[in-house]
Amino acid sequence: MAVMKFLRDKRTRRDLLTYALVIAVFAVVYVMQANHMIPRMIAGQLVPICAYVVMALSLNLVVGVAGDLSLGHAGFMSVGAYTGIVAAMGLSEVIPDDGLRLIVAMAVGAASAALAGFLVGIPVLRLSGDYLAIVTLAFGEIIKEIVTCLIVGVDERGLHVLFNLTGSLSVSDLNLAEGGIAIIKGAQGASGVSVISTFAAGFLLVMVTLVVVLNLVRSRTGRAIMAVRDNRIAAESVGISTTRYRMIAFVVSAALAGAAGALFGNGFSQLSATKFDFNTSILILVFVVLGGLGNMRGSMVAAIALTILPEALRQFSDYRMLVYAVVLILVMIISNNDTLKSAAHRVASRFASRRKEVGADA
Amino acid sequence: MSVFLQYLANGLTMGSVYAIIALGYTMVYGIAKMLNFAHGDVIMIGAYISFCVTSYLELPAIVSVLAAVAVCTALGILIEGLAYKPLRQAGPLAVLITAIGVSYFLQNAAQLIWGATPKNFTSIVSFPVPEGLRAYNVSAVGIVTVVACLVIMAGLMWFTGRTKMGKAMRACSEDKAAAQLMGINVNRTISMTFAIGSALAAIAGVLLCSYSPVLQPTTGSMPGIKAFTAAVFGGIGSIPGAFVGGILLGIIEAMAQAYISTSLANSIVFGVLIVVLLVKPAGLFGKYVPEKV
Repeated sequence: MAVMKFLRDKRTRRDLLTYALVIAVFAVVYVMQANHMIPRMIAGQLVPICAYVVMALSLNLVVGVAGDLSLGHAGFMSVGAYTGIVAAMGLSEVIPDDGLRLIVAMAVGAASAALAGFLVGIPVLRLSGDYLAIVTLAFGEIIKEIVTCLIVGVDERGLHVLFNLTGSLSVSDLNLAEGGIAIIKGAQGASGVSVISTFAAGFLLVMVTLVVVLNLVRSRTGRAIMAVRDNRIAAESVGISTTRYRMIAFVVSAALAGAAGALFGNGFSQLSATKFDFNTSILILVFVVLGGLGNMRGSMVAAIALTILPEALRQFSDYRMLVYAVVLILVMIISNNDTLKSAAHRVASRFASRRKEVGADA
Repeated sequence: MSVFLQYLANGLTMGSVYAIIALGYTMVYGIAKMLNFAHGDVIMIGAYISFCVTSYLELPAIVSVLAAVAVCTALGILIEGLAYKPLRQAGPLAVLITAIGVSYFLQNAAQLIWGATPKNFTSIVSFPVPEGLRAYNVSAVGIVTVVACLVIMAGLMWFTGRTKMGKAMRACSEDKAAAQLMGINVNRTISMTFAIGSALAAIAGVLLCSYSPVLQPTTGSMPGIKAFTAAVFGGIGSIPGAFVGGILLGIIEAMAQAYISTSLANSIVFGVLIVVLLVKPAGLFGKYVPEKV
């Protein structure tokens, strides 16, 4: 009886359907992958797609649910990626099992990105609107440049970190003992990373993210966050601490982005320091806006479609990014223009009314 | 001391370029209330047009500047009409993403037309700089840039303050509906703003590439972002604010590169921006509008 009541709630049903869809897609792709039915180009994209899906979901929490436009989300991905790589490489002796080590790496990435998110959030959340957007952009660039200056290595004595402020230091300045390995080499980024991320791990992270995000949105905290988004003054007047709830959304989002970064970083043997730049932040924002603000299912679909699209457009070779840009502009215009939208609405409502009639007959 | 003055001269030149871009940005933002991410790419197109006219057609430099201004003005009006006008009623995020799409389009179109390999831009101005100034690393481009920036700012102040079109622009930026009721053609005013912003972008592009001669499809994006930062720094929507913000940003950047770290120069610039916004949330010259319940 309780289960029936539970299922009768429309939002619960919608969430369960989302989980079911994700599991179904994973199962199909996993079987196809096992039977080598996936083109090599897409197969190589499976782990990045999972990372981007998590990025889109986490950014949607900030942009869609909390209503703060963030243009520096890739910065948190980068924090998670590099700390995750360092954790995975540094612990390779302690935890020999790849899967377990990846989970630890993702946890480390999430924790450090959450810390970064908290520190960035203190100044950022005092602002709002376009000013907030430009400051998050600034922090994204700052994080990128700081990573470019880092030189990190590990040997039996532990972790060695150098901050290459003047550009005169190199890996040899780490004074690594024999057998030590340099992990992050300043502007070159990380190289020689042992690839431990798998599609299954990516799927698990997507599921964890979904559970976190969907439950947060449906909770008391989530309602408070949305109240702040819809009317800050009204929310404040009923005793909701605006900064606190925006901070919760921001830090949770940063932590998830950090885990996604660790997944992404450990999925390639090489990762350049400038991978997570402004363009990556924008790419993720495009997923979120195209998928619909606050619409988690939409974010996932957009992230998957827009990661595959450039690969699928390879037949246009040189023109593919041009086509991508045109598709992006057209989709935005068609889905946001009032004239076109009301036309689409009329068609949809005609369908809906016909369906209702059919339903009444049955 | 003389080394310091050299850095200052470099900072002033780059700052003036930022200021010219920021002036265009601030005009467009003031009226359309959108972050026009494609602005930086219009700069790049302007520089390419000028490059083509001087290198392939071998026409004098001034013709190339005029051609760049003409093409970019047309481009600005075209972009506004095709991509932004259908979204006049849509939310700011939709317009932002469309602007990003336009930016991708321009960069990739430029890459198809001119290729990804950087072009070596020859400076459009060359005249002998007086001996006394040359000791401080002052270049002909630097002088022209600073003068152009001052002239453009004065021109814009006069235009928005005194002319009918300029007043219409200010009215539209205050309240579009009320402006329309007063008989102002809002659509035409917005097109006009984009035309002016893009023309300024063309001039900025030519000057930017005369100063640092590497021209490639991504040339405009970073200066575009920094100029937007400069506009926010000075208080977005304010013309003197964009000017002061641009100059300050250029000087801070040059000093950070010289005395602290080349690889962290952008971080320092952005760090200063963050501090300024925390102390003065509407920028240096922006009007702070308290929220009313």
